[in-house]
This record gives sequence, C-alpha cells and structure tokens, in this order.
Amino acid sequence: MAVITYLEGIRSAMQEEMERDATVFVLGEDVGKGGVLNATKGLRDQFGEERVLDTPLAESAIAGAAIGAAMYGMRPIAEMQFADFILPATNQIISEAAKIRYRSNGDWNCPVVIRAPYGATGGSALYHSQCPESVFFGTPGLKIVAPSDPYDAKGLMKAAIRDEDPVLFFEHKKCYLSITEDVPEDDYIVPIGKAKVKREGTDITVISYGLTVHYALKAAEELSKEGISVHVLDLRTLQPLDKDAILEAVRKTGKVLIIHEDNKTGGVGAEVSALISEELFFELDAPIMRLCGPDIPAVGMAPTIEKFFLLNPDKAKEAMRTLALI
Amino acid sequence: MSIGQLTRHQTLGLSDEQAIEMYKTILRARKYDERALLLQRAGKIAFHVSGVGQETAQVASAFALERGRDYFLPYYRDYGFVLAAGMTLKELMLSLFSKAEDPTSGGRQMPGHFSHKKLGIVTGSSPVTTQVPHAAGIALAAKMQRKDIVAYTTLGEGSSNQGDFHEGCNFAGVYKLPLIVMVENNQYAISIPAHKQLGGRVVDRAIGYGFEGVRVDGNDALEVYRVVKEARERAVRGEGPTLIEAMMYRISPHSTADDDMLYRTKEEVEEHKAKDGLPRFKSYLMECGIWSEEKDGELAAEIQKEINEATQYADKAPYPRPEDSMLHLYAESKGEASSWQ
Repeated sequence: MAVITYLEGIRSAMQEEMERDATVFVLGEDVGKGGVLNATKGLRDQFGEERVLDTPLAESAIAGAAIGAAMYGMRPIAEMQFADFILPATNQIISEAAKIRYRSNGDWNCPVVIRAPYGATGGSALYHSQCPESVFFGTPGLKIVAPSDPYDAKGLMKAAIRDEDPVLFFEHKKCYLSITEDVPEDDYIVPIGKAKVKREGTDITVISYGLTVHYALKAAEELSKEGISVHVLDLRTLQPLDKDAILEAVRKTGKVLIIHEDNKTGGVGAEVSALISEELFFELDAPIMRLCGPDIPAVGMAPTIEKFFLLNPDKAKEAMRTLALI
Repeated sequence: MSIGQLTRHQTLGLSDEQAIEMYKTILRARKYDERALLLQRAGKIAFHVSGVGQETAQVASAFALERGRDYFLPYYRDYGFVLAAGMTLKELMLSLFSKAEDPTSGGRQMPGHFSHKKLGIVTGSSPVTTQVPHAAGIALAAKMQRKDIVAYTTLGEGSSNQGDFHEGCNFAGVYKLPLIVMVENNQYAISIPAHKQLGGRVVDRAIGYGFEGVRVDGNDALEVYRVVKEARERAVRGEGPTLIEAMMYRISPHSTADDDMLYRTKEEVEEHKAKDGLPRFKSYLMECGIWSEEKDGELAAEIQKEINEATQYADKAPYPRPEDSMLHLYAESKGEASSWQ
C-alpha cells in the first residue's frame, strides 16, 4: 500500500496500462510536458513522444483522431485540457463514438477514453470550472464515470482503458491534490457501472459523485454528533447508473438527498430522483431533496459570487439536517 | 492507335483486364443507382441518395488503392467506390431495403451510410465530414504500427467547409500521416452551387496544411487513377497526406426528397450529362480496341440480371426483429432493456 493523490491515481493507471499494452497511448494539448494539470507528467520520458502525443489545439480533431485510432485497434486516451473545452468535440463524442458499435450493428467498436478535468477549484471562473456531464448524460452508447477518490480514480481509469466501448472520464480538479488515500500497489480495476457505499447510516441517504461526496462525508461525521445517522452512496459511474445500489441505499432510510456541483435543472440528480420516484415512491418518508449548483451558466470569478455558487460541507450539512428533521 | 504503342492505361500500369474491370464497376454502380431511384419512386423503398455522375472518379480511386489493406472512409454517394472495394450489389440492395442482413448496419442506417469491416470500409454517419478526423486517426495508428497502408476518405465540396475538415487535415499535416482526402466537387451542396459555398478553391487549402493538393478532372478515369496512385505512393513513402479535388457534376437531384428544378435548369444538367465520365471511358476502351458494343450489350444484360436477383433477394429478406433494436449498444449488450438503458 502507498498513500497517493487522486491525480497520481489517474497518472499511475495510465502509466501501468501503457506498460502492459503497447496499443495504449495518450494524446492532447500539452500532454508531452505533463499536461497543464500534470496528469501526464513523466509519461513522455518513459514512453516517448509518439505515445504521449502533443496535438494541435483542436478538440474535435483530438477526439476524432482518437476515435479513428480506436477503430483501428489502438487504445487511445484523449485529454480535453479542461472539460469546459469539450464542447467542440461533442459531435465526435455523441454522434460518432457513442454510435459506432450500434450503427454498424456490432461490426465496428470504439474503445476510446476521453478524459475531462471538470469542476471548480476556486479562482477559475466560468470557463475553467464547469461540470458539463449533463450534456453527455443520457446518450446511449457512452459510459460516463466520475470517481471521487484515488482508489476509484485508478481502478476506474484502468477499467475504462480496457473497456471495449467509449468512456468519458470526468476527473474533479479539486480532488486532484486534496484527496489522498492508501491504494494497493497490485493491479486492480473498479468495475464501471457499480456505485459504492461510503458510509453506513439509518436516518437519511445522501447520493452524490465527485468532490461533493467528500462534503457529504464531512457533514455526516459532524451530524453524527447531533445524533443523525447518514448513509452515503458514491455513484462513481454516472452512466449506466447503478440502479440496484441506488434503490438499496434509499430503502435503508426512506429519505434521500442528491448532491452535485453541476446545476440542478436537467442534472444527473434529476434522473436519479425520477428513478427513485418510479420504483420506491411508497417507501419514501419525505420528498426527494436535491442540493446542486444554481441554474446559472457557471461559477463567477469574484470571491463573493464564487462562494454563492459553490457547495461546501456546511451547505451539505444544512440540507442534510433539514431532511433528517422532516 | 498504332500497333505496338502503349495505351494510356498500360502506361499507368493497368492491364487491359483491369481497365475493363474498372469500366464494368462504373456501369454496375450506375445501374444500381438507376434501379434504386425506380424502387423509391415505385414505393418499394423509403429513400435513396444518388451518386450518378460521380462513379467514374470513385471507381478509379479504388483501383489505385490497396484494396483489402487500406482503410476507406467513403461518403454517402460512393456506390462506385464501395462496389470497387468489394461490396456486392446484393449487399447494397439489402441496405437499400433496410433488411437484417444489411452488412452496413443491419437495417439501422439510411442507405449510403457505408460500413464493412472485412473490406476496410469504416462506418460513417450523417453529420458530414466527421470521418476526416477518423481517417487521420487511422492513419496515425497505421504510422505508429509501421504499417505501409493509407487511410482514404471522401466528402463533398460543401462538407469541406466543416470544422472537422480543417481540424482533420491540419492534424494529418502536422504528423505527415498516410492520408488521402478526396473532395468530390459535384458543384452542389443540396441546392447551393459551389460558388456560394467556396470563397476560393478547395484544392488550394492544401497549401495551408503543408501538403500536396491536386485538382483533377473527375470524369477522366485514368487521370483520377494516376493522381490517387501517386498520392498513395507519397503517403507510404512518409511524405504525408494529399488533398485531391476531383471536379465532376451531380447529375441527379440531391436525394429522392429533392426537386433540383427549383434551383437549376434542365439545360444545365444536360450540358453536364454530355461530359459524363461513363460514356467517355467506354469510348476510350473502344478506341483501344478492347471493348465493343456487342460486349457492352452482354455486360448490360449481365448487370441487369444481377440487379434483378439482388432486388428480389433483398425484397424478400426479413427485416430486423423489433427486439434486436437493443443489441450492440455496448459489447456486453444482450438485447434486454436493462439498467444499461
């Protein structure tokens, strides 16, 4: 076991997969020097510039060329420098990658990983902070993962690289250096499509993913001193949702709060909420609650509006307490 | 032509048999297209998008490539190309009738959205020009694996305005990838004539990408063959991509849903029909003394028989089962509507 950061989890997964399989390579803007966020640091020295390919500044070509290489039989990992800049590649991801197996009736497939560093770190404003997962959520043919800790980041990255279908990998930038844990040194994967119970509890259930899982856990710890017992489920994979795990987590308490940094309307929480209403309406002891970013384009630059927009453990705690007291 | 003198096709390295085979494939594509239009007008099939007037360049290109090794990313008018690449009239008909056995998509896609992995034909979509970055990626992979193959992709001149054309070409130019991009400039993007689509010439854009650009008469089969062959040789020598702008004319309306008389005249169409590459290549073969009206009549009868059989087969073939809609979403999709949505 070794203590590593979330970022090291992602990096070491790519490194180990590149050592294991010669068809794995990374491409993107500035990946050679290590990437602007250091996710590919050291990889060019180890694997050379052909397998750590600096590309022209053109997201659709990065995704599109990765898709072509994947159809040929490679295992490309395409980096979008910031998730905010993924939109020029959206046609390639939604019209192409997601539909290649289906539209060719299983003749072709597209085992590509597209990495999207997302979420606010503070001080990064509208275009270096967004959570665009809802743009892609609900696109059949895509898999979407969003880990919250180093163990899952590493295991899900390995699973994504080995997957036969396109995987969109959302990495929360604020988790990169702030979340650390002991991770086994042996090879392991975290299966795509499986959520994880992060804390057992009996009064309320919190369902979340990414950075806000940690806010929920911190709040849960504090609320335990008030006698409120919180069950926390980390979705880990957004598509396909782990329906069984969601329903089981809700059944534990009958009260559910969904938390995500992405804005509320049309977010992942809306689908999770609909799923619970469809399946467990008569087992609920309170209305389903959501705590999400407000419905404005993204977080603003000034500290005042940034604080207004972003979630934090206190906001999570308040919402959780409100639900518990219903 | 005097005895002992090499013919044009022989000079280019094509045997008499290959030249004749090229002509036969062009004619098969034309006859397929005409039948597809009839079937749509008769209400037997829903939709057809035509390639009439473009088959000569399509077939000539395919003959210049390494079929069975190279990767092909054709666009929706490339019937001539895919026939030359090894697809059969029966397969095209199965696609036209949206039947389960359709090798391009199992009846999922509109006809003209080609795919055939065994033949190296890569699946395509309807948002135009998304295939150019794919072709660049395939060429990149081939280069990484030190394979002496090329990726060949086609598109229309209207599509050349899409961002993916520019992004894909520039990407391939940076790494000098073994890529051939052929723009089939048929003068129309649905109703918009080329002079309202293009501020300059498509071929000149190659300069900006740092690679060779060649404009060619798309109705001249042997000239198209020559430039594609040379482009392929450059690509495998490591000299990078080539952009080819093949000049031609879309003789048919855009599709069976289009009335071209709303935006062009009969006279204009007739003028271009006179320049059609198909009769031109036939005349050439006859001048060479290797083709005759008699042989042509036999070929036409043979193709008609083949098309009749293909049509009957496809007409009678079963549609995909409704529940098969759920198959092939992911590798692990077993067809059930599950949590995989």
